[in-house]
Amino acid sequence: MENIGILLEQGKQAAEQATSAQDLDQVRVQYLGKKGHLTQLLKGLGALSAEERPQAGAKINEAKQALQDVLNARKADLESAALEAKLAEETIDVTLPGRGQSLGGLHPVTKTLQRIEEFFARIGYSVAEGPEIEDDYHNFEALNIPSHHPARAMHDTFYFNANTLLRTHTSGVQVRTMESQQPPIRIICPGRVYRCDYDQTHSPMFHQVEGLIVDKDISFADLKGTLEQFLREFFEEDVKVRFRPSYFPFTEPSIEVDIDRGDGKWLEVLGCGIVHPKVFEYSGIDPEQYTGFAFGMGVERLAMLRYGVNDLRLFFENDLRFLSQFN
Amino acid sequence: MKFSEKWLRELVDPATDTQGIADQITMAGLEVDEIVPVAGQFSGVVVGEILSAEPHPNADKLQVCQVTDGSETFQVVCGAPNARGGLKTAFAKVGAVLSAPDGSDFKIKKAKLRQVESFGMLCADDELGISDDHAGIMELAADAPVGTDLRDYLGLDDAVIDVDLTPNRGDCLSITGLAREVGVLNKASVRYVEADVVVPTIDDTFPITLDDPEGCPRYQGRVIRNVNMAAETPLWMVEKLRRCGIRSIDPVVDVTNYVLLELGQPMHAFDLSKLSGGIVVRKATPGEKLTLLDGNEAQLNDNTLVIADSEKAVAMAGIFGGEETGVTADSKDIFLECAYFNPISIAGRARSYGLHTDASHRYERGVDWQLQRKATERATRLLLDIVGGEAGPVVEAVSEEYLPTAATVTLRQSKVNQVLAFEMPALEIEEILTRLGMTLERSGDGEWSVAVPSYRFDISIEIDLIEELARVYGYNNLPVKVPTAELNMIANDESKVTIRSVRSQLVGRGYQEAVTYSFIEKGLAAQFDDKHEAKALANPISAEMAVMRTSIWPGLVKALQHNQNRQQSRIRLFETGQRFLPEGDQLIQENVVAGLICGPRQSEGWSADSASVDFYDLKGDVESLLALGGCADQFSFAAERHVALHPGQSAAIKRNGDTVGYLGALHPELVKSLDLTGPVFLFEIVQAVLLDGGLPRFTSLSKFPESRRDLALLVNDSVAYDDIRAIAQQQGGEFLKAVTLFDVYQGKGVEPGQKSIALGLTWQHPSRTLNDEEINEVIDFVVSALKNEFGATLRV
Repeated sequence: MENIGILLEQGKQAAEQATSAQDLDQVRVQYLGKKGHLTQLLKGLGALSAEERPQAGAKINEAKQALQDVLNARKADLESAALEAKLAEETIDVTLPGRGQSLGGLHPVTKTLQRIEEFFARIGYSVAEGPEIEDDYHNFEALNIPSHHPARAMHDTFYFNANTLLRTHTSGVQVRTMESQQPPIRIICPGRVYRCDYDQTHSPMFHQVEGLIVDKDISFADLKGTLEQFLREFFEEDVKVRFRPSYFPFTEPSIEVDIDRGDGKWLEVLGCGIVHPKVFEYSGIDPEQYTGFAFGMGVERLAMLRYGVNDLRLFFENDLRFLSQFN
Repeated sequence: MKFSEKWLRELVDPATDTQGIADQITMAGLEVDEIVPVAGQFSGVVVGEILSAEPHPNADKLQVCQVTDGSETFQVVCGAPNARGGLKTAFAKVGAVLSAPDGSDFKIKKAKLRQVESFGMLCADDELGISDDHAGIMELAADAPVGTDLRDYLGLDDAVIDVDLTPNRGDCLSITGLAREVGVLNKASVRYVEADVVVPTIDDTFPITLDDPEGCPRYQGRVIRNVNMAAETPLWMVEKLRRCGIRSIDPVVDVTNYVLLELGQPMHAFDLSKLSGGIVVRKATPGEKLTLLDGNEAQLNDNTLVIADSEKAVAMAGIFGGEETGVTADSKDIFLECAYFNPISIAGRARSYGLHTDASHRYERGVDWQLQRKATERATRLLLDIVGGEAGPVVEAVSEEYLPTAATVTLRQSKVNQVLAFEMPALEIEEILTRLGMTLERSGDGEWSVAVPSYRFDISIEIDLIEELARVYGYNNLPVKVPTAELNMIANDESKVTIRSVRSQLVGRGYQEAVTYSFIEKGLAAQFDDKHEAKALANPISAEMAVMRTSIWPGLVKALQHNQNRQQSRIRLFETGQRFLPEGDQLIQENVVAGLICGPRQSEGWSADSASVDFYDLKGDVESLLALGGCADQFSFAAERHVALHPGQSAAIKRNGDTVGYLGALHPELVKSLDLTGPVFLFEIVQAVLLDGGLPRFTSLSKFPESRRDLALLVNDSVAYDDIRAIAQQQGGEFLKAVTLFDVYQGKGVEPGQKSIALGLTWQHPSRTLNDEEINEVIDFVVSALKNEFGATLRV
């Protein structure tokens, strides 16, 4: 029985030296298998007295357990080493570019439009759209611009015939909304508009967002507050805003809004005003009961200011080198 | 309108500098575009007189002048061709400071030019920043006081203010109108121009008939005989006209222009001897001709009001005078016209003849209908002072019926408060409106009856007055708040797909959004659409922008061309927007989504699929859009030709049988004629069908296993997969869950003209396991149906 210690030490050594799962298994069979050295010792127990037997048996089992623990530990070591090796082998260059379709992008005008829409949608305005080929009534007449009005000269209009034209603003959508809905009304009307004017700072087609709110007791102060907040949020700057009297036949008072972004220069960014009572009358809304304000802004102009674009024409060339700068 | 600040200050002179006045009126709605000093910054320049001018001994083009400043005589070498003895001109003495064209100052020093000494310099307009004229030295009037500082003599400490007036403010198209505004803004009194009645010294008149009293309710005329056309317009008048942008022509025209600027009343003077019979204000007869003062002959329309004599039209009323009857250097007797024309009868007429005049500009906006008498008297006085002569009595033809009526408007304090969200004090209201020329009378508690002056065509209702109050009080001084409203829910239809998700899907699939013009070239439009004749603009900007697109494709293809010409090979573009389809009498304006791909499938890269895109790349993108609404099964594709597409690679996109779009390869002929590098694949689909989706509907999950069988079929090349799939689905029984196409093969082992199609069919029963016999039975149905229908055989 005095061999137990030696056998255990030998077994442990063999286990430690094993370099593969196979080797390790051989060690197990050699010591702990049916005919293993330690198992064999159990067979010798019969030769001992009844008093000695339990103690000796316990010793052998203890040795077997000790060797088993070593074998297990060694096995775990070998497995983790193998995993390490496998992982090392599978290492790749993670800095290589990924595979698959590259991302496209939205046009800066759309980005700007969507952003403007969001500001107003969050305070309860809905988006309304309408036809780009308009009739004279919805583009002019219903907006208090009769055919001989000098303000028509302010709109260089594209015509198809005397009564059909390309809308010069999206105000026609406001008219259509007021014709079909009683206040409260809160809408914004984004879209393409057209003016017969083409040079470095004018495009015959551009985008506008117009807005309209009609309710009881809407005032000049509400207009100022709404647009001041909008401009500050849009530019994410504490821009200086000033309201300058102007003239549009469909609003009164009419206002042009200028901003100063800190360089002391006033830039005109939008036009607005209190809805003219005649416009309400045309559309069947009682001007004594309701008031409202309307505003309109050029999307390209705002995008130019926001992103620092210096040439209006770039928006319509669709040059990928330009477009991809907004991705 | 350009005006001289100095002239304005003759009427109203607030303690505000030039910029201050400009800012004030800008913020009152009269937007100042520009302020330009009437002369450069210079000093030490006086009125000099050339006593003699002798040729320079050493230079052909120079002269040696003896110039006096009234007390001393100086020798000055001068290169101007007009330097001559007796001429009074601008003389910069030694020590004078002028500004150079670059803005820097330079001092006049004693100099030697080709060995001849020169003490000073004789100046041209441009050297003093007065105008761009450099033809010669200034020619001052013969009576110019020698030795006087030129700045004082010409009143050059003045600025020209250019104000961009909105069409409602015709009343400010005069110094008087502007002065009134400045007076209101500064609470300063205004010295309005007085016009005393000129007592007639002769009895001569010329008859006037109003044939169209609606268009011309008032016409005044006055005969002035024996004028001296050789007289010169005084310098002060020439200068004032010049600073307001009007060139001096002759004393008579100058006076009418002066009154136009001063009072805002356009006037015209005829040579009385060229008029026959009497004046008739009438509509032109169709085709009637009139040679205008600019020498051009106008063919008149019958909507145009004319001033005629008994024989012919002599002026386009309120727009332009006729050449034949105009005042000339030989005129002796003149007939002075001063009229009120209804804005509606003038509006748009000048434009229709390609004209725009100071008169038409004012009449279209409205000229004070009570101003004519004053203007006539003012002009007469000025004329008599300058050209002399004898004035007859003023003859007036008037139709009271058609004259405007003085508006009286009720103004409620409560409405002012409501619109401005501000209680403007009653005293403030009264003061502002009174200074604007209105007469107020209390008509009730918190209410006024406001009489509007005849020059304010823009004021007829209460809100017009509120605007005046807001504007004068200052928009930026009024309160600020935000609207309050009820927090109502806004409907949100879950079955709708938003255009934003369509766009972001395309962006996610590598498309760049484009915005192309809605109007395109006519020929290009036809190449892409043979079913619609694109709607043409009556006044296009150019041939490239002449008709409304019936498809977005031409625009996208142009954008492709632009980019291919700039070394871009991989291009994926999309656009959303309206197309315009004329269908019979109708015009369908509908939103569509269109896209285009061309070049390698993926961007160049170490592991990229660099093969060129094909039809199925595009179709995959389109299918991904169709799937957004969760109704992909309602869509199908059918081989269908399209004029712009490759006949073998084009398909109609259908929803429940209706064509809602097309996709395919751009026709190789178009690729060639547009000089593109192909192939190019395009799609266009109606937006509404993409956005119209459905709600998800749950079906229970089966606990039982699926069974799958694969079939490899040989069919004729021309058999469409969709038809095979339909048969398989139809015959596969109610428990067939999916048909998968996992291979299509042509080539070795498959006869030419045939193709091998490999299908995977999957069945599942909701409540039990399907056994082999059941599945084999169904498979047999499928196979025999495919055989019957398409002659399909199983590939072994």
